[in-house]
This record gives sequence, C-alpha cells and structure tokens, in this order.
Amino acid sequence: MSVSTATVVPVQKEKMERYVLENERVLGPLLLLPAVFYIFALVGLPLVLAVLYAFSTASAGNPRIESPNDFVGLRNFRAVLDDGVFLKALRNTIFFTLASQAIVIVLANILALVLSADFHGKRLVRFLIMLPWTTPIALSVLGWFWLFDSVYSPIDWLMREVGLLGPGTTFGPARNMYWLGETALAQGAVLLVHVWRTLPLATVILLAGLTAIPKDINDAADIDGAGFWRQLFYIRLPLLLPILAIATLFSMVFTFTDLTVSLVLTRGGPVNDTQVLSSWAYFKGIQGGNLAQGAAVALFMLPVLIAIAIVMLRLARRGGQD
Amino acid sequence: MSAPNARTPAIEEEVGGPSRLKHLAGRGVLYSLAIFFALFGALPFAWMVLTVFKTNTDLYKPQNNPFVYNDPPTLSNLDVLWNETNFPTFVGNTLLIAVLVVIITVIIVVPAAYSLVRLSSRWGESLGIMIFLVYLVPPTLLFIPLTGIVADVGLQNSKFSMVLVYPTFTIPFCTWLLMGFMRNFPWEIEEQAMIDGYTRLQAIWKTVLPVLVPGILTVVIFSFTLTLHEFVYALAFVQSSAEKTISVGVFTELIRGDAYFWQSLMAAAAVVALPVAIVYNLFLDKFIAGFTLGAVKG
Repeated sequence: MSVSTATVVPVQKEKMERYVLENERVLGPLLLLPAVFYIFALVGLPLVLAVLYAFSTASAGNPRIESPNDFVGLRNFRAVLDDGVFLKALRNTIFFTLASQAIVIVLANILALVLSADFHGKRLVRFLIMLPWTTPIALSVLGWFWLFDSVYSPIDWLMREVGLLGPGTTFGPARNMYWLGETALAQGAVLLVHVWRTLPLATVILLAGLTAIPKDINDAADIDGAGFWRQLFYIRLPLLLPILAIATLFSMVFTFTDLTVSLVLTRGGPVNDTQVLSSWAYFKGIQGGNLAQGAAVALFMLPVLIAIAIVMLRLARRGGQD
Repeated sequence: MSAPNARTPAIEEEVGGPSRLKHLAGRGVLYSLAIFFALFGALPFAWMVLTVFKTNTDLYKPQNNPFVYNDPPTLSNLDVLWNETNFPTFVGNTLLIAVLVVIITVIIVVPAAYSLVRLSSRWGESLGIMIFLVYLVPPTLLFIPLTGIVADVGLQNSKFSMVLVYPTFTIPFCTWLLMGFMRNFPWEIEEQAMIDGYTRLQAIWKTVLPVLVPGILTVVIFSFTLTLHEFVYALAFVQSSAEKTISVGVFTELIRGDAYFWQSLMAAAAVVALPVAIVYNLFLDKFIAGFTLGAVKG
C-alpha cells in the first residue's frame, strides 16, 4: 500500500534544531506566530489606539501620543456632541441598520426558498442575485448614483412617461425627483442600497441552513398533511433560527459599520441627513485631519460590535456542540 | 389560481414533481420571484453596461428613452477611459497591491491553519473562530488609528501602506477558510510519510501541500478579490492619484463636476466589477461555508 517506502530518509542525520521542530508543542505555536503577531500589531494595537485617540490630541499632522499631556479627557466627546451632526449620524446609523435588516430578514427567507427550488436558469439567476455582494461596493454604488442622477435618472423618465412627474402631475411641477437631494428620498435611497447589498449574503447563509435540514423532516411533515405555512412557521423557521441569527448578525455588522454607501451615494447629504457614524468619523478624522475627534465618533460603534461578537461566539459554540 | 393547499397529494403527483413551492402556488410564482430578484440584483450593472456604449448626444437629452440606443452604440468611451484618464495607473497599483497581499497572506495563513487544525487539538477550533471574528472588526473602526500608524512608519500616501494593512482582513478570513479545507484532510498520508522517516516539515512539504492546492487556490482568489473590494483604507491612506487603487481612484477622480463623463465612469466600474463577480461566484460555496461558523454541518 505505501508507495513511499522506497524513499526512506535516513533518520540519524537529524540535528538538534530539527528535533525541536518535531515537537508539536513548539511547532504549533511557532507556525501560528506570524498570524497572531500580524493581528496583534495591526488590529489589536489600532483597536487600543482607537480608544486612546478619542481621549487625546492626535491629529493627522502629529498622530503620536507621547506624554500624559497629550490626553485631554472628555474634550473630544464634548466637541463631537456639540456640533449636532453627531446625533443625526447616530440616529441614521441605527435607523439604516434596523430598517434594512428587518427588510433583509423577510426578503432573504423568501429568496432562500426560491433558490432552494429547482428551476431553469438557476445558475444565472444565482449569479445575478449575488452581484451586489460579489462586486466591489464602491464601484456598484456608482451605478446607483447614476440611476438616481438629478437630471438623467431613468426612474424620472419613466415617471414622466406615465404622467407622474412634470408640470401638472402628481409629483410635479418639477421634471425631476432629485432622489439624492431630498431628505426622505435620499434616506430611502441609502436604505435601498443597504438592503440590496446585504440581501445576497443573508440569503446564501440561510440557504446553507435550509439545505442542511434533513429531508425526512420535510417528508414526514408532508405525509402528516402540514401545509406550506405550517411547515414554514413550525418546522423550517425554528430549525433555521440559529443560522438566521448568524446571517442577521453578519449583515448587521456590515451595514452598521458601512462607510461606502453613504459616502459614494450622497456624501452624507443633503445637509448631513444620510450621515452615519463611520462617514462622520471620516469627515472629521481624515478629511478634517482631527484624528482624535474622528476616533471619538467611531468609538460609538464599539459597544454594539462587542455585543454582536459575544452573541456570535455563543451561537458558534452551540453549533459546534450539536 | 385556486388555493394550492387544497390540492391532494394524488393530484400533485399527476401534475409533476413534489417541489414545495410548486405545492404553494405553482411555477409561476417561483419564476416571477426569481426574475424579480435577479433584476433587482443586476439593476445598477445593467444600467452601467447600457450607459458605457452611449454617445453624448444620446445620453444627455432628457427626452430620449434612456433604455435604448437612440444613436448607434460606440466604443469611444472605453478609449477615453484607457487613454485620457489615470485609470491604467489605478489598475496597475491595484494589481501590484493585490499580488503582494496574496503572497503575504498565503505565507502566513498556510502554517497558521495547519497549526490550528493539526497541532492544537481542542482549543484550535475556538481559536480559529476568534481569528475569524477579527475579520469582523470593521475598517471604519480601525482606519483612523491605522492612518496614524501608517504615517508613523513613513508609508503615508504610498500604495505600500495598503500592502501592509490589507492582510489584517485577508489573514483572519483565509485562515478560517483554509481550516475548513483541512478538517476533512486525509492525514494518514502525512503520518505515513513520517513513519517512512520524513521529518514533520518534510512531510508537510511533500504530502500536505500538494493535496492542499485547491484550498490554497481559494485563499489566493479571496485575498485577491477582498483586496479589489477594499475602499475605506485606500480612501484614508492615499491622496495622490499616482498611488490610488481602482475603487478610490474611480470615485475621487473620474467623477467630474461637468456631466460629460458618465460613460467612462460606468465603464471603469463595470470593467472591474463584473470580472471580479465572475471569479468570486466560482468560489462562493467556500465563502458561505466559512460564514456559517460551523452552525451548519455540511
């Protein structure tokens, strides 16, 4: 059976170092070390700095914190709270996250059911449905940006054609909706793009859970005469709950911390009405050069992220035990 | 259509297979939903591709039907993109960064995943999940302190700042991904090699790595695509156009105040986004398997 017996390597030539490397207790940590070092140096350290910056005078010109004098207590937080935009950004962040995830949960359940069925052209449909997730978000949002253009939006053209827009119509007399220029419309547009972006991720995670449900459970339910809705609410959803939670938590993290949609689509406008924590941190910290205040803004994301990470660890552990 | 629940199993068998959705409301609903969601997903890209080939006179006339070509399609916009903008520079930068990030990622991730799966029995899996969760630490929380660190090590406004920082998300993600490949690994071949007198490192080199090639290929693909996807760090670290990546360069430099540039802008987005999507799609199942955190037993 063993082919390799022909190429036996002489054992006696082993040096001391070799012997050390044979020891699993040495080799294991040694192989893991570069990864752990990278993560500590460029995720762990910045995470600590993210907190320290928020209490310091760090700026783009002088990012170092060198002496206790560089700490200014709560001054950054006071400045951030005073300018009024912060609370708007906080409110928008929470609204975009909760609203988009509520929509995504419903749509992802429907879409996962669709994709679990067999039909013609399924591979193409799946490819198209996944596009929002598989393409770089900064580029795809440009497509939406153009779709919502203030003059050439095709949506406006359609509305004009059917008589909803233009002089003497429901939405008239203007000939354009200015999707990204009106508060409610711009917020709706950002929300729509968030839903569009995270729906595929939630769907495919859910789909993985759906296909893992043993087929005999469905068959037994069929034989017992359970209808579609009964099966959905009494069998499928309860079984899917852990994976549904994971799907929701992931897409929550991505939506909650997203900078790209607000920045590329609206640049936070009109008048900061689509500003979110991350975009405001960017405008303050990077564009404004005030690293300390930017860090103070971004820091408000941390408690939510820690909570999500804890829930996820619990779910993962439970999954591992089953 | 009558209430589908009223159908008896006998009738359903007459009609065709026992699909659950069919049981609900027939193929019509299924296909309508599939087409609706597919169009929703593809909408901005369809709009991009349609725009790329339009002439200015066609595009910038609000009365024109925007869904058809009122003038014959043209390729000149691609020409403008390639010859009159910095787009080729952005592409070159992005490819250089991506290749270097892929190399760093593979060198670090392969030993790490091996160590976690093979050499650390009980706590390996938990540690693996912890490392994966590092992937969820968002760039928007780290980009401000990292901007400080990047400046501190003298890489501000340089593309190598991204080579340094991007492995912070490719390493956690790809370690977890590769661990998935190793869980069902035929370890007997490695043991046999060691029984035959190879040292462990020789055994890894001669038996484990060759079998692991598909896994390593997946790591290459994902660290490459994640690099192309990245926007936040690239936006924060770099200001001069000679150092910019595609995602940031297109956004900051190809959007111009005047309107006459939409076709080339859309071309830049579509030319990059769609190939990335195709490659990503081929490896999607591996990606999903990683994201279910072991809560689904495949």
